[in-house]
This record gives sequence, structure tokens and C-alpha cells, in this order.
Amino acid sequence: MRDIHALLKQRHRLGPLEPRKGGLAFVTVPRENLRGLLLELRDTHGFTHLVLLTAVDWMEDGLFQLTYMLNNRGRDLTLGIRVMIDREEAQGDTIHDMWPTAATYQRELKEMFGIDFPGSPRLDEEFILEGWTDLPPYRRDFDSLAYSQQTYAERPGRVTHDPREYMKSKLYPDGV
Amino acid sequence: MKDVDDKFLKNLDRTVPLREELRPRKVTTPDGQEIEIEPLKDYFCEAAPKVHAKSYFPIVEDFYNWARANSLWILGFGTGCGAIEMRPLMTPRFDAYRYGIQWRPTPRQSNLLMISGYLSVKTLKRAIRAYEQMQGPKYVVGLGSCTINGGMYWDSYNTIKRLDQYLPVDLYIAGCMPRPEALLAGFMELKKLIKAGKCEGANKYAENFATYKANQKSVIKDWDMPDYNW
Repeated sequence: MRDIHALLKQRHRLGPLEPRKGGLAFVTVPRENLRGLLLELRDTHGFTHLVLLTAVDWMEDGLFQLTYMLNNRGRDLTLGIRVMIDREEAQGDTIHDMWPTAATYQRELKEMFGIDFPGSPRLDEEFILEGWTDLPPYRRDFDSLAYSQQTYAERPGRVTHDPREYMKSKLYPDGV
Repeated sequence: MKDVDDKFLKNLDRTVPLREELRPRKVTTPDGQEIEIEPLKDYFCEAAPKVHAKSYFPIVEDFYNWARANSLWILGFGTGCGAIEMRPLMTPRFDAYRYGIQWRPTPRQSNLLMISGYLSVKTLKRAIRAYEQMQGPKYVVGLGSCTINGGMYWDSYNTIKRLDQYLPVDLYIAGCMPRPEALLAGFMELKKLIKAGKCEGANKYAENFATYKANQKSVIKDWDMPDYNW
């Protein structure tokens, strides 16, 4: 992994390599260098398999992190490529022409995080949710509990106990 | 509730428009006529469900109920993990067939709808359609804590918490998930209730049809089916 990183570092303006256990490592890349990097990794360095494409919401920094996991089966290497994009005008670059499966991930990200990928096929179709009218539910400013309480009727009588206090009152009702 | 950030308020302004192919519009037929079509009304009957009156003689009604109790045909509609707990009941170990209980593939052939776990809003829509297509007398059983009070999906953004708001539930079987033994006990309990004439879910649905529809439409935002039409 280090040899590949050293080779590509200058040309694609890669950040420092962050190795994890096994053959897993992460690296950050600016958005405009992403496409060239992915193409070179796929065509020259044997990272032919897109494992997943997902996002992390860094709400406090005003950023979304897109993570592209690529796998090189021959050498048993997995490289996670991070791209930070703006949270307000969340927009990524579609890679469905490189890996057709990416189109599905991009549909999911559009629905769950509201990240746009112009040019990706069937992007505006509903993916999992039907008739969703609120914020994209995986964004961290969407409060799932509050939404659920405002939307779905609750059955009265559901209570929560602090386990320590509850066991105390059960085992020692006199307070000894 | 104290643990809720009440700064977050649900968006109430946005509505989901009806899909284009379901909107009323004018079309030209192959022979040149212009006709107006309204897909949601043209293809379905609009009559609301009716209350099924009891027999005049109690002994006849008792006989009906005895017969109903002994042929419970379940719609094989599995939601959540309860669908897996129902499989052993079909096999020789628990063998629910000896009680006159069997699983059928379509709503038209069955009279017992088992909601076997959590219902997302998307699945609720299908469950309502399936329930309305079933022929009376019909019963609904909710399995597990998900259908009773939301269970572990109590704070989920897309899962309903009380099934009886949306469908008339005759019996709940508690557990997470209930074991096949609990299901068998539940079936026996349901038979007792039917024999006692207490399973009037379908009539309750017909009587409170407006309430049920209002509840269903409050969570299913893209309502793209007729109100009752099957």
C-alpha cells in the first residue's frame, strides 16, 4: 500500500496514508482529483472492486465525507478514499460510468443524506422511503426520536427505569 | 417527553403530489374520441365496507362462529422477524395444521392476517391493501412488541408504533419474538375469542372506517390507491 501511495501522492495531491489493521488504509483526496485517482487505481493498480460508497455527516464542520472503498483482490488490499464536500450545497461527482453499482449507492445517498450526484441514472426516483417530506433522515440535524413522536401514535404506559434505582427499590423496598 | 429535543419540528408543509399516471386527465381513444379518465375511480368500486350483521338466532351465530374458529387460513404475509417464527409451525414439530390452521398465498383465500413484526410505512401500505382484499369474516393478529408499542423501533423515523391505529387488531401475542409455542397458544386464544363472538375486527373497521383512513393517511404520505375498492 505504501508503494502505491508514494507513487500517487504528488500527482493526485493525496493526504497522508492512514493504515489500519490488515490490508486496510485510508487516504484523503481533494474532490477535483478524485476521478483521476479512481481511474488510475482501477486501471493500473488493480483496485477493480468498489466495495462501498458511503457518507459521514460532519455537521459541526459543515462537511460531508464521502468514502469510496476500493479493493484489490490480487494483493488483498482495501483502500478507503475520503472526499470532503460542502454540506450546504452537497454535491458529489458521479462515478457510475466506472462502476455501475455506484449508481445505486448514489441514489441511496441522495435520499438519505440529500447529496446530489448530477448525471447519475435514476437519481430522483425513490430508493427506500416512499413519500418522504422531511429532511433526509440520515442527516444529523434530523431528530429521529422527535419525528417519530410527532408522527406515530404511541401506546401510553411505556416507561423507562434507571436500572440501578429500580433494582434498589425492588430488592430493598424499605430503603435499607 | 424530557429526552426529546423539541427544537426539531416535523415539516408539515410539504405534500407528495399524486403520480402522473394516476391523475384525472383527458385521453384520446384509438377511434378518435376524447374521454375523461380518473384512474383511481374508474378501475375500482368506491363502496365503503359494510357492517356484517349477526344472525337473528344466537344459536345459528354460535354455529357460524364455531365453524369460523375451526378454519383459520393465514395469509402468508411476513413482515419483520416473526415470519421466521411461523415457519416451524408448518413443519411436523409443531404442526399447526392439526388445528385447522394453514397458510395461503393470496388474500382472497385467507381470513387471518398475521402482522409478524415491525411495519415500516412502506409495508403498512401493502398490509392495508392485503387486509382490505381479504374476504370477511377476517381477523388480524399482531405478533411481538413491535406491533404493540413499537418495541425496539420506538424511535424509528419510518416504523409505526401501534398497529391498532391502522388496522383492527383482534389479538396481540407478546414477545420479541414470540416462540412457536406462544403462537400456538395465541391461536387457541383466538379460537376461544371467535367462538365467544368477540372477534368483530372487520365490523369495527367498517364502523370506524373514517378514523382508520385518517390515521392511515396521516402516515402514508403518497396515498396512491383508492380508499376501499377491493
